[in-house]
Amino acid sequence: MAKSRTAAGAKLEADTGLDLLATMWRIRCFEERVAALKRAFKVYGLIHLSIGGEGVAAAVCRQLRDDDGIYSGHRAHGHAIAKGAPLAKMMAELMGREGGVCRGLGGSMHLVDRQHGMMGATGVVGGNLPLAVGDALAARVRGGDQVTAMFFGDGAVQAGTFAESVNLAALWELPLIFVCENNGFAEFTSRAEHSTIEQVSDVVAPYGFERETVDGSDVPAVWEAFRAFLDEARGGRGPMLLECLTYRRRGHYEGDPQQYRDPAAEAEWERRDPVARLQAHAVEQGWLDDDEARSLERRALEEVKDAERVALESSYPDPSLAAELVYATEECRPA
Amino acid sequence: MSEIETTFVKAVRDTLARAMRADERVIVLGEDVAEGGPYLLTEGLAEEFGRERVRNTPISEAAVCGVAVGAAQRGLRPVVEIMFIDFITLALDQLVNQAAKAHFMSGGQLCVPLVLRTQGGCGQRSGAQHSQSLEAWLTHVPGLKVVMPSSAADAAGLLASAIADPGPVVVVENKALYYRRETTAAEPEPIPLGRAHTLRRGEDVTIVATSRLVGDALEAAERLAREGIDAEVIDPRTLVPLDVETIAASVQRTGRAVVAHEAVTVGGFGAEITAQLQNAAFDFLEAPIQRVGAPFMPVPVSPPAEDAYRPGADEVCTAARFVIEWDQPEPAAAGPAAAQAGTG
Repeated sequence: MAKSRTAAGAKLEADTGLDLLATMWRIRCFEERVAALKRAFKVYGLIHLSIGGEGVAAAVCRQLRDDDGIYSGHRAHGHAIAKGAPLAKMMAELMGREGGVCRGLGGSMHLVDRQHGMMGATGVVGGNLPLAVGDALAARVRGGDQVTAMFFGDGAVQAGTFAESVNLAALWELPLIFVCENNGFAEFTSRAEHSTIEQVSDVVAPYGFERETVDGSDVPAVWEAFRAFLDEARGGRGPMLLECLTYRRRGHYEGDPQQYRDPAAEAEWERRDPVARLQAHAVEQGWLDDDEARSLERRALEEVKDAERVALESSYPDPSLAAELVYATEECRPA
Repeated sequence: MSEIETTFVKAVRDTLARAMRADERVIVLGEDVAEGGPYLLTEGLAEEFGRERVRNTPISEAAVCGVAVGAAQRGLRPVVEIMFIDFITLALDQLVNQAAKAHFMSGGQLCVPLVLRTQGGCGQRSGAQHSQSLEAWLTHVPGLKVVMPSSAADAAGLLASAIADPGPVVVVENKALYYRRETTAAEPEPIPLGRAHTLRRGEDVTIVATSRLVGDALEAAERLAREGIDAEVIDPRTLVPLDVETIAASVQRTGRAVVAHEAVTVGGFGAEITAQLQNAAFDFLEAPIQRVGAPFMPVPVSPPAEDAYRPGADEVCTAARFVIEWDQPEPAAAGPAAAQAGTG
């Protein structure tokens, strides 16, 4: 059986807890601003927000080093930010500007920030699961102690690459932590309509590797569960699977008509909002008082405002850049 | 320079071994590669380099290709084998959406120095799912390079360059070439990608042929010579990037061109070469460019049916005669369709 944890059993220290909370506010404020900018046609393409799921991004990525690789899917803003991607470069990327993390050529669904170990995101659900296996394999072959974390949603579990990748990672015992954000939806369709298996951690049970399902909006629980896996993986063991039960508080993409929404679930997950919950926990633990808590949000809003200003100052790349980057040159050196 | 007698299969294996000795980042992975594979092409590599670097994989083409992409992005130089090009369908998402675009979409932060080796081709009575020539699909994807060697020497030289390339390169071999004996340099030099090879000089018609059809084109040229037709034979060797200059310069001289490959003619890479020649040599053309390829049907098993399907020297000769006779007063009965095997 998959184990379960609660915040009561988790040992989150004040410094760490406040770092996570600040990170989550940065993601929340960034994405809320992106939603507004999308309506104003100032960011481009299909925009998928992770509002309600920031706790997983923060609790996982803030424990990783820059040389640990992460991969993500189409809902990747939070993962990139938590891993260290600067907000201004993130915003510029969504605006198609030269100053973006990918010089404006990648966009919201294809974020890469190699310097911080954000190795890739994809618009093809499940498409880069095997890349994470390769990332972990490279660390092993080259003798490093890097750990790879692979973020994916419950929708990706039904892709063929999931079964293939889980099998390979288990067979080769790679230091790879699969992090499933089970938000209950695959695009517009509920989990019950696309699989008979409710918990993703049960899908991997026959492979015999360590797995755990936690409440994804209980940030200390996510942090503690991931910490335990990371300790193991740092020692070269793996793979593991951490399933975080979350909720997607916005549509599949910005503009989704959302006719499938259940008002009762909405209300329940508003109550369980991970940012509000961690903030309440922080105040209760005496890590900060109410005023200081409010200043965290204010600071994040300021940062996002600055990021937007810097991004808007960045010009669009010269269209010739696209042709230049079709083929790598000898100067391109892998991380 | 010392020479050795070798085969295509041995030349590929020796090149892999040399690359692995020279660079510990080079790894080989694929189904059965540690056992040598069905053609014994990787035989002995696992013994020399260990099963960590010569890695057997499950029958998971998509994931294996994706693993190679991820490992390449992290600094390894994987050479991944897809046993038959027919199975590349399963790995196309990894090649097309991941490998080909990672450098571009990351704004140049990532590069994917991987080689995907695979083989196609008919003639073995293996049927429609083990005999195809699907290289044209890959040439349609910006970001991929596509290599098709026609000899052991080219297989060695092009593979060495593919492994050294900073981006993803697909090497499409042809199983019918695997065991032909050939004398090559003992230590072949890398052959730069994007440079065509003129195998025979001629003045009357240019035959552009790829992979197995190169040998057939040379045979056709010998036959045509007996009829007084002097054919030039050019092997592009890499489809992407394509050395249009060499091919166009030849056609500008001969005024006539035949483009030959084993793949189905419709939508084949011959169409691309033909279109590029229309631009580069239009004013020099004395006849419409003819294409030689397979008919628009799956590959049959039944020997007479497969033999009729499989294009070769006969079809190349027919097409060459057609372009030579084009502007003569009595056009030959054979129309463009006759250049395609099996359609009669």
